Amino acid sequence: MSAASEPIIEVEGLRNVFGKQVVHSDLDLTVMRGEVLGVVGGSGTGKSVLMRAILGLKRPDGGRIRMFGQDTTYLDADARKPFERRIGLLFQDGALFSSLTVAENVKVPLQEYYNLPTDFLDELALLKIRMTGLPANAAHKYPAQLSGGMRKRAGLARALALDPEILFLDEPTSGLDAIGAAAFDDLIRTLANALGLTVFLVTHDMDSLYSLCDRIAVLADGKVVVVDSVEVVERNPHPWIRECFQGPRGRSAMQQHDRNQVAQPKLSGA
Amino acid sequence: MAAVVSPNVPAQLQVEGDGARLRMQGAWTLAHLDGLIAGADRMRVASGPLAIDASEVAELDTAGVLLLLRTLRASGQPLQAHTITGLGEADTALLQLLASRLEPQRPQRERHFQFRLLLSRIGTAVVRFLATGREFLGFVGLVIATLGQLLIRRRRLRWTSTVFHMEQVGLDAVPIVALLTFLVGAVVAFVGATALRDFGAEVFTVELVAISFLREFGVLLTAILLAGRSGSAFTAQIGSMKSREELDAIQVLGLDAIELLVIPRLLALLVMLPLLAFIATIMGILGGGLVGILALDITPGMFISRLQEMTDISHFWVGMSKAPIFAFLIAVVGCMEGFKVEGSAESVGFHTTASVVQSIFLVIVVDAMFAMFFMQLDI
Repeated sequence: MSAASEPIIEVEGLRNVFGKQVVHSDLDLTVMRGEVLGVVGGSGTGKSVLMRAILGLKRPDGGRIRMFGQDTTYLDADARKPFERRIGLLFQDGALFSSLTVAENVKVPLQEYYNLPTDFLDELALLKIRMTGLPANAAHKYPAQLSGGMRKRAGLARALALDPEILFLDEPTSGLDAIGAAAFDDLIRTLANALGLTVFLVTHDMDSLYSLCDRIAVLADGKVVVVDSVEVVERNPHPWIRECFQGPRGRSAMQQHDRNQVAQPKLSGA
Repeated sequence: MAAVVSPNVPAQLQVEGDGARLRMQGAWTLAHLDGLIAGADRMRVASGPLAIDASEVAELDTAGVLLLLRTLRASGQPLQAHTITGLGEADTALLQLLASRLEPQRPQRERHFQFRLLLSRIGTAVVRFLATGREFLGFVGLVIATLGQLLIRRRRLRWTSTVFHMEQVGLDAVPIVALLTFLVGAVVAFVGATALRDFGAEVFTVELVAISFLREFGVLLTAILLAGRSGSAFTAQIGSMKSREELDAIQVLGLDAIELLVIPRLLALLVMLPLLAFIATIMGILGGGLVGILALDITPGMFISRLQEMTDISHFWVGMSKAPIFAFLIAVVGCMEGFKVEGSAESVGFHTTASVVQSIFLVIVVDAMFAMFFMQLDI
């Protein structure tokens, strides 16, 4: 990863409260340009809320959020526009517009922001669709005609339509079988490398943490308990982390990861 | 990448040396490509391996890569045949990835022949109409068979559900039905009186209102209102159950969806629509009577005595005889469209609309057939 030292998202002292329930109190997190950051935590620890706060979908109750070095915490919708072009978001089930074909879905943001000749637009949309590993004939299908995995890829193609710098993924492998999930992780890794993406990944999937993430942030007790590489995080004494990483699912993911490391010792360079 | 170039310069492409050498400059990104896309198509590049100098490219994104690949495609050679210099490591990776995913030909736009399209749409509509008709008859058969089994006690009547739907369909609809028919009654009286006044026959307004409401408007207005209010609700309720796989759950649990969902709704409507039609008729006549009393010099006594003397009870029975038929149509169409929902929320909306359109259509067509039937019978 080149120039990995520059922060691209900075969250400082974030506070989120729903009624009497405090989800985040004084949460700090920094995401570096070009890294794949995995955000994990038990359910109810506010992983999605954190993502929504960064994206501006939820107004925080305190604290600051900076993106690309500028404060975006309390911007209104218009002032946010230039930032939104630089970020892409993949929703859990793709959130594709169901009345449009896949190709039309990908064209929506392109047509909204740029005035491109029709044939260039068509080919660009098709290229994005092919880039996410879908066959060319998927372009003219409607979301309802696709399987769950294909819908996610189509959603990814739309998220990448404007060549964003940051890609947000909300549990991208949920609902996929083990093979499909691994293939999706590979795809994210390939695209992140080729497009120089920064990836903010909210996940439950232990395999994704090991195979995909450069660093992992663990949310618990309304804070980020630890942010570091998976090797360091798995040794952290925090009770939730121990239960998660030393439990059967965590251990099998770790063993799988170790086997891959032995087989391909130069994987980490990527 | 050369650091000298500012990232906000429009993308440029220079062709040198008989089209065998290309020089890329500026930001090859979506935001800065506008001027170049049309121009790049007209560039004459040599057929054969090209030399591309990318050292002055400030930025490169997928759109920029696509434009480069499209230009290279004109040379008739694969990417590997060309020599590209001055491209950074990450950009080379992007170029390789996209080149492997690009379709060899430009995508062909589908061409539509208008006339053929028209014919095919007409054909589709006819086939769909016939299919809907068949489905409707099949569903009616299924519902009647289930009703029959209910009578010989092979199936259970769900009393709670039936009564619940009676409240929703009937009781809750009383205010809106009463208000609307009252207003329509008043309007009919006004319009009728204005026309009849010229012949000095203003007093026949009473018969006009009474007969039109007893025979037609009472039951027809109620049916149309319930098609919009309850038929659509049936479709939406059953449709959203279908899209959440609840209907599959009913089947797997060994229950019968017709018995559980359709029969209670059908019976509720069969009982409540005639009652509502009765209220509607009374309210329509009241509305007409009020206009007569307040605006047309017809005293209440005169109104009631004319109503009794001049209006035959058979009009009432003609109107009421249609109510159960309409109720059956509305309930069956509403439930059937609900069962036709597939998957998405959009489908629920589509079938709800279809249900309202179909049931109002059927109600009016059947009403017209009844009118002809009773005319032939001289009732």
